[in-house]
Amino acid sequence: MSLNKPAINKQAIVSQLLPFSCVDGPGSRLVLFLQGCNYQCKNCHNPHTIGLCDACGDCVATCPENALTLINLNNKHHIQWDSERCSQCDTCIAVCPKQASPKVSRYTVEEILTILHSQRHFINGITVSGGEASLQLPFILALFKGIKATESLSHLTCMLDTNGSLSLTGWHKLLPFLDGAMVDLKAWQQDTHRYITGRDNHAVFKSIQLLAQQQKMYEVRLLHIPSITDYEDEIDALATYLLLLGPDTRVKLNAFHHHGVVDDALNWPSCKQADIERLAATLAKRGVTNLVLPSIYL
Amino acid sequence: MLLQDKLVQIVTNPQLSPKQKSNYLALEAEASLPYMPISTEVKAAMNDGIICDMFEGHAPFKPRYVLPDYARYLKQGSEYLELSPAQDLDEAINALTILYHHVPSVTNIPVYLGQLDEILMPFTEGMDAEVLYRKLKLFWIMLDRTLPDAFMHVNIGPTDNIVCRTLLRIDAELKQVAPNLTFMYDPAVTPDDLLLLATTNICHCSKPHIANYPLHASAFDERGFGIVSCYNALPLAGGANTLVRLNLKEVALKANSINDFFDTVLPNYCSLTFELIDARSAFLHHESHFFDSFLVKEQLIDESRFAPMFGIYGMAEAVNILQTLTASGEVTPAIHARYGHEMDANQLGYRISAALDAIVKSTPVAHGFHGRALLHSQGGISLDKNVTPGVRIPYGTEPNPIAHIQALAQHHQYYTAGISDILTIDETVKSNPQAMFQLCKAALELGFREFTANVASNDLMRVTGYMVKRSDIEAFKQCGSRLNTTGLAAEAAVNTGILQRQARVIAHEHSPCVVK
Ligand code: SF4
Ligand code: SF4
Repeated sequence: MSLNKPAINKQAIVSQLLPFSCVDGPGSRLVLFLQGCNYQCKNCHNPHTIGLCDACGDCVATCPENALTLINLNNKHHIQWDSERCSQCDTCIAVCPKQASPKVSRYTVEEILTILHSQRHFINGITVSGGEASLQLPFILALFKGIKATESLSHLTCMLDTNGSLSLTGWHKLLPFLDGAMVDLKAWQQDTHRYITGRDNHAVFKSIQLLAQQQKMYEVRLLHIPSITDYEDEIDALATYLLLLGPDTRVKLNAFHHHGVVDDALNWPSCKQADIERLAATLAKRGVTNLVLPSIYL
Repeated sequence: MLLQDKLVQIVTNPQLSPKQKSNYLALEAEASLPYMPISTEVKAAMNDGIICDMFEGHAPFKPRYVLPDYARYLKQGSEYLELSPAQDLDEAINALTILYHHVPSVTNIPVYLGQLDEILMPFTEGMDAEVLYRKLKLFWIMLDRTLPDAFMHVNIGPTDNIVCRTLLRIDAELKQVAPNLTFMYDPAVTPDDLLLLATTNICHCSKPHIANYPLHASAFDERGFGIVSCYNALPLAGGANTLVRLNLKEVALKANSINDFFDTVLPNYCSLTFELIDARSAFLHHESHFFDSFLVKEQLIDESRFAPMFGIYGMAEAVNILQTLTASGEVTPAIHARYGHEMDANQLGYRISAALDAIVKSTPVAHGFHGRALLHSQGGISLDKNVTPGVRIPYGTEPNPIAHIQALAQHHQYYTAGISDILTIDETVKSNPQAMFQLCKAALELGFREFTANVASNDLMRVTGYMVKRSDIEAFKQCGSRLNTTGLAAEAAVNTGILQRQARVIAHEHSPCVVK
């Protein structure tokens, strides 16, 4: 392997590793969900993946299975999670004040390469998702480089699922090793985007533009929340924009639902099949044809 | 219950059709005959649920599965049936339909309908594709409505041809329970887009099964083989004279150590299984006069191509039990499911399969294929309780599909007469057939003999090894079913917790870890 030691030793904080997924890019894929996000979306379906655990210890005593322990390593506190004992009751997640989870794992690049190797015949590639994956860019870079440099893995496509906030400098580092990206466009208007996510969307538009230029814009995702998102109000501008991305970019419509959601967003209406179909029809009327609709509605 | 009372119950059953009643009456009649002579040890093992004759009856007068050489039949016609050789597609389909009614089996409905693309292709030359489509579609509907049994099996592939593609199109369109369908895949012959078509069908209706053609072909001979009923691979122009199965769970419970299991208990029960196999086939071959049939005279089947199937089930429980044997032989229950998850449990399973393979390949039988029985991983019957079919991972404890395949692949080399592992896949796969394709291809590459997947939300689902409609199971309880197999499935659903089988795509993280 042509990787130098430090790269291979790079670690990621992983909230979940899914060996087989059908919904995270083309074909069958291993998906790595990284912990931590720079947005504060009101509608987040996995709010416990936003923060990073600082080992405050608040959750330890609440675990009914005694699966959590506060330990001291090199004079630093750590939380140790015993997955064998854990019953997945999620009490720890509910009490955590940091929107974090003690149930995360650390993987080195080398460990992920080994897992990929053992199932390389079953998958078409890997997708790194989040949280916001690009916050752990050095890990992703080392991982994708490692995949492309390993003969038995080089056929696997490397995709990134992101909120689009990565800087252009960041993208330029990643592009040589990236096969495609899925980017969320959470709202069209600045104000709406800020209201939903807490951040503006300049970077998102820049990311999408660059990726489209490089033919790496695999999928733009629109999460439709009736009466909250502004896709329908801005339908003409949105459709014109999507058309410019070219026919190779899929436009995936997602339906907002309440699963996992907390606070304000619980009062928002969930998105029904009819809502999605109406949005799809208005986009289709304006020439956006590469639409992908949800296969299940909750 | 007195025989007469049983008969009254059958004839007055409000949920059975007259034909179904006739079948059950015949079964009761046969069951009232004395059992063929067997030793007291065999009898005891049967009573204890260790060895099971699959309710084939007390006096077997027909083989369990028959695979006629349909190609030969179409070519030569039949003196007995007063048919001349088929000249065109209509005649061929008509001739097949006729013969199907003369092919016996354990269910009285033929379990093997032929390698249909291969035998029909000679009659399709110059035929318009739409005409072919209409004719085959009517044929398909006829099969489902007149031979309503999901054990009935059609084979297609591995070559790319118009009959194969048209049947796949029709099968996806009609989504019928019958016939069951196996697509043979040979990486050297089958184009990827044809396999993709077949795996796309799986996403829509959980059919076909994909069979590993080169692996099966090398286990048989030039005359060929067929996949019949639920994943049984058998010699063409022959079949299975009987299927006797061994409950590995019960065998494991008799052992007081792992060594005792391999050295004494397993070989002992295997030899009792062979005794029952020989007793049953002796009756069929010597007393029943089955082999006087026109099927033999016209060389559509050959007595020497019938083999007994040596079935096994309950591997998962056997492994879990053996692993908890303490030095004193006491069984302590394990906390977590191990079989299918832990390397050492899986290894023990492979060792059991290898031991069975060695026994079956070295034990002569009176009526076998080259003098031997064929090992089979048996897909369960509706009366099974707390015991898992074949070498499968128990319902509800299956790991993610990739880990599932990796855990079981090494068993497949041993089960010449077929092995079925049903992968349950989340319905998200429906919009991504490429993922199913990839999974299937990798499974076969890894040594799977058969790839069978069940898409979780499909109305069509597999129970033990055959297809039923989910909605039929509910409906049967109310008003009976047109399909013979739905009754079995309703029993299976209640007894084996099959509706609780989990659709698993999500795997729990594996590594316990330290977080800063
Ligand atoms: S999810 Fe697991 S670790 Fe968290 S509280 Fe429940 S049992 Fe404990
Ligand atoms: S998971 Fe949350 S509550 Fe538990 S130690 Fe970490 S920061 Fe504190």
